[in-house]
Order: sequence, then C-alpha cells, then structure tokens
Amino acid sequence: MNLRPDPTFHASPKLAMQAPVENYAFTVMLSSDGSQSDGIAVVDLKPDSDTYGQIVHQVIVPNKGDEFHHFGWNACSSSLSPLSGHAFLERRYLIVPGIRSSRIYIIDVKDPLKAYIHKTVEPEELFAKTGYSRPHTIHCGPEGIYVSCLGGGGEDGTDGPPGIFIMDCETFEIIGRYEMDRGKQDKHYDFWWNLPQDYMVSSEWGLPPQYENGLVPEDLLSNKYGHSIHFWDLRARKNIQTMDFGENYQMALEIRPAHDPTKSYGFCGVVVDTTNLQGAVFTWWRDDDGVWQSKKTITIDPVPADPDDLPDLLKGFGAVPPLVTDIDLSLDDKYLYVACWGLGEMHQYDVSDPMNPVLAGKVELGGIVAHHKHPNGKDFAFGPQMVEISRDGKRVYWTNSLYSTWDDQFYPNDEGGQMVMATVGEDGSFALDKDFYVDFPTGLRSHQIRLEGGDCSTDSFCYPSV
Amino acid sequence: MMADVTSLTALWWAVIFSGLYHGINPGMGWPLAVSAALMERKHRALAGALAMLAFGHFLAMIAILLPFSLMLFLVEWEVEIRIAAGLLVIGMGLYLLINRRHPKYLARVHPARLALWSFLAAMAHGAGLMLVPIFLGICEISAGDTSHSAAQALMTGNIGSAFAVAMVHTLSMTFAGGAIATVIYFWLGLRFLSRTWFNLDIVWALSLIAVGCFGIYFASFGH
Repeated sequence: MNLRPDPTFHASPKLAMQAPVENYAFTVMLSSDGSQSDGIAVVDLKPDSDTYGQIVHQVIVPNKGDEFHHFGWNACSSSLSPLSGHAFLERRYLIVPGIRSSRIYIIDVKDPLKAYIHKTVEPEELFAKTGYSRPHTIHCGPEGIYVSCLGGGGEDGTDGPPGIFIMDCETFEIIGRYEMDRGKQDKHYDFWWNLPQDYMVSSEWGLPPQYENGLVPEDLLSNKYGHSIHFWDLRARKNIQTMDFGENYQMALEIRPAHDPTKSYGFCGVVVDTTNLQGAVFTWWRDDDGVWQSKKTITIDPVPADPDDLPDLLKGFGAVPPLVTDIDLSLDDKYLYVACWGLGEMHQYDVSDPMNPVLAGKVELGGIVAHHKHPNGKDFAFGPQMVEISRDGKRVYWTNSLYSTWDDQFYPNDEGGQMVMATVGEDGSFALDKDFYVDFPTGLRSHQIRLEGGDCSTDSFCYPSV
Repeated sequence: MMADVTSLTALWWAVIFSGLYHGINPGMGWPLAVSAALMERKHRALAGALAMLAFGHFLAMIAILLPFSLMLFLVEWEVEIRIAAGLLVIGMGLYLLINRRHPKYLARVHPARLALWSFLAAMAHGAGLMLVPIFLGICEISAGDTSHSAAQALMTGNIGSAFAVAMVHTLSMTFAGGAIATVIYFWLGLRFLSRTWFNLDIVWALSLIAVGCFGIYFASFGH
C-alpha cells in the first residue's frame, strides 16, 4: 500500500498521454508445440540505452504447454475511480493466463529487470470456483480483476457457457463468476467497458473445439464462430442487449471503446466476412434512446492470389483474406490501428469521426503471399498481429503470431517470433522504424505486448480529457 | 458552569473539525463531485453532486446518532452507555486497522446514485461512529443536572442535538470537500486529483481509536 496514488495512474486519457514515455515492454513468448516453457520477455525501449530493442530479461515459467496469449495488469488508471477508489494499489503485477492449460501466473514486474513469478493459480482452483476454463482477457475494474474465459467446464470446455470471473486485486484469490444474467451469451472472447457510464461490451471467438486444434473450416463456412457482441449493465452484471452483426461476420474479436468516458461508442474488429472474405470493423454506439446500434464502417478487401502460393486452407478461394485479428485505438481516440494478419499489412485509420474512418496510413510487413520484408532487410514471419500503442500515440508496436495452431494452418512454412515498431509523426505519418526489430529466441513465438506504466488497450479512465 | 460552557464549545468545535476532516478524505466522495461536473460538462453538476453526497452523509450520521440519543433515555446507565459507545468506536478503529481491504459492495453502486454511495461509504468507514463520543458529551452537558429533567424533555433535547450535530458536521464536511473539488475543477485541473489524494486509511482508523478513548475518558473522569 502506498500513501500516494501510483504515479502511473492517470485521471484522464490526456494526462496519460502527457506522462513520461515507456521504458520497457513485456511481451509474451510462447512455444508453438509445447516443447519449451512459455515466458514473458522484457524488452528495453529506452532509445539511448545500449540494450535498446533487446530482450534484457526473461521470466520463464516452470510448466510446459500453457500457451500464453493475452495478459494484463493488476491495477490501472481505473484505480482512481471516485466510486471504488483504490488509488493506493501499485501497477506492479502482470496477470498472465495460459489459454491452453488454464493456469494463471502472477508476475511481479516492479523491477522489470528482476521480474519474477509472485504466485501461480492452478487450473483446478479456476475450475472449482468458476466452472470456466481457458482464461484470456484481463481488465482491472470495480471489485477486482476481471478475466474473460473462452471455455466452460469439462474436458473440452463445452460443459456450460464460458464467461468472466473476478479475482481479488491484492491476494489474487479467485472470487467467482461475474454474470448474474448472461442472456444469449454462449461464447466469449474480449471485453471492455466505460466505468462512469457503467456499461461493458463483450465479444465472441468460438468454443475450445473450434480453435484449440486449429481453425475448423466446416464451422467457418457454416458460420458457427461468434458474430455477436453483448452489452452489459456492468454493476448489475446483466446482459442488456445482444447485437448480432450478421452470421457471415465470423469472429467478432477485439472490443475497443473510446477512452474518453464521456463518449458512448467504440469499435469491434471482425476477422472475416464469409460471403466475400473481407475483413471488417464495426462502430457501435448508444443512441439517444439508450439503445445500442452498430454499423460496418471499415471493410478491407481480399487480394486475389495463385492457389499454388496459398496454404491448403485457402487454395479453394484463390485469394488472401485480410484477416483482421487485432485492432487498437490511440488514447486520444483519434487513430485506430487494424492488423491485417493475412495480407501482411497494418492499417492506420483516422477515426476522429467514428462513423467515417479514413485510411490515413499503411505499413506492409510479412503476409501469406506478399512476404514483405522489414526495412532492415530481414524477413518477418507470419503477419502483423497483436498491436500496442504507446500512451503518447507516437510509437506503435506489434508482434506476429496469432495462435499456435492457426499460425501453422495459414503460414505452414513460417516460424519465428518478432516484435517491431512503427513511428507516428505529428502529422500522423506512419512508418516502420528500421532500427527496432526484436527477434525472439528459437522456438518461441510472440503475442500480446504490455507497456510499462500502461498502454492503449489496458488503461480505463474515470474522468474525461479536458 | 464556566467549565461546562468551555467544554460545550470545544465539543462543537470537534463536530466542525470532524466534518472538515471527513470532507478532505477522498473516500467520502469529493472526487465524485469533480467527475460529475466533468462528465456532464456543467458547473452546476458539481454543486448537485455535493448536495447528494451531503444528503447521504447526513443520513448516515443520523442513522448512527439517533439510536444513541434514544438510548440516553436510560439515564441511570448513562456512563455505561458512553463507555460502551467508546469501546464500539475503538473496535471499529481496530477493525479498520487490521482489515485494510476496501469494501467491495461500494463498487456495486451505480455511479449515478451518489446519495446511496455516500451513505454506504460513511457507514463502511465508521464515519458516524467517530461522532458518537462527541455527541454523547454534548448531550450530557446540555442535559445539565439530569435527575431533575423530565424524561420526555431530555429525549426531545437529545434528538434535537443529534440532528444539530449531524447537520453541523455535514455542512463542514461539504464545505471542505466542496472546496477541494471546486479548486481542482475550476483552477488546478485533474492532474491535482491524484496529487491531493492521500491514503488516510491508517490515520482514519487511529482517529476512531483516539475518539473512542476520549469518549471513555470523558465519561469516566471528565465532566
């Protein structure tokens, strides 16, 4: 317990943007076949440091086969909430779930160079207390740390619906299930919220048998992956509206609400439209009657390709789908970055008008057919995937792996983990930094990135920017 | 008689001081007033939020003080009641000192229900209890030579005192919290929200213990 609030807690997004820049990144390292232990890489981001752009410390866990994916902080700027003010927590621990093992590691990163495992929550505790499995997205909020799970109970995670559970933010004890009335929600993926407006939005990927051993083409073509998002009364723990984008919009994944809490809109990325292989982003908002609405505001076309250049999964289509697998919104709610993992592109949209996004910039790197090289001349395995934006919006970092078994289906000939950075100029100009290229240790791929002191996909704010 | 007046004045100052003390504690809600004004983009919302917070706080004070004012009807047990009240306040302080966890149910209150939130926050922190020894002191002095007072008049007087104490306390609390919220909202800006936010948890718990000890001392040896 501190006597003063943690200096990395910021009342508004604007204050977070003005805060000192990040010194370190924490990036997931995962073994693609479970032959090695997974871990967290600590990457030096200080441009004047001798070890800039290098992995300066690794926290390797004792088990194998966890498959790290997403992770998050024990505390963020939401700790300054005037309602549940818990300002004296420290942003100190990373909550790192194994999406395959359902084990959760709590890693103390107070000193990034000496980060270590503080506590391990075994899968049995999770199963017993929640009936959920495959923990995924982490957000710290009212009552504790919220964790979404992709699986329900039972061996294959299909015994009962998946959902969110709450964990104590100091002891890391699992408290129990979040939902009191889940309505139509029967699949899960991401979630986020607007704390002062008291709503939460959750999304859907698929149930464990639909992804653990790879994408199931029959399920995709029969539109059996998730295509709805759910709006919740956050504190009443009740699903108040389920919005179906349409069954062809397969895999509605990342939820990115505007950071400014006076705004009642956000975005959701859709991996693939099965009618035309497009990738899409929907803007969702609350209308004057309090009803949630949505509209498809970004579409990205597939690119025709010679079947000989395509993996088996895509040969029949003769085209590369963009595969919008991650999106991220800058803290000023101005730029939305959209990862096109199949094409090998990172798009930058100006979303100052959220109903009319404008493509402002584009970076090409990797890709199923394109295989764009990095400006430093090196190859980039797979395509741009998990993206994280610095608080000030001037640096955009991303890695390349989607999910072990899916990487192997879409990129059967690629292997490796890389993390790169693009810079954003004052005028919005968006380009890869030639000198920043982190190559991960052999056999390890990379996924989500967290930035020291908070980033654009973790911090929730309780006061507007003024 | 002179001593009585001095003690009474001191006790009323204690009521005012405790109000200022509660007011500056972010846990009693001044950050909510700042956030309400910013969220609604209206200066008026600041005053509105402060009024709701004050209402909730006032109710919490009354909810604690009224039962004690009724108990004082049992005149012959007065000293025992005051000692028990002191022990209760000390107990709350010790509890808050040992159990440093925040009450989770406060996080379940809808952000718009400020009066309810304020009521629950005051209850959870034992804010009303902090006033009890002071209040009982005031009742005792005001009643004067209790044996001659009619029971009915005594009780009416005590209930009146409870409302007066709660009112004065709430006004000074609102003044202090309102002043901080106003200065941050209009002049200093949000950056100072986190800078003026101090962890009063331990000080608060110790305050309860101190007030409880004072109550017992005052009941046993004081006036």
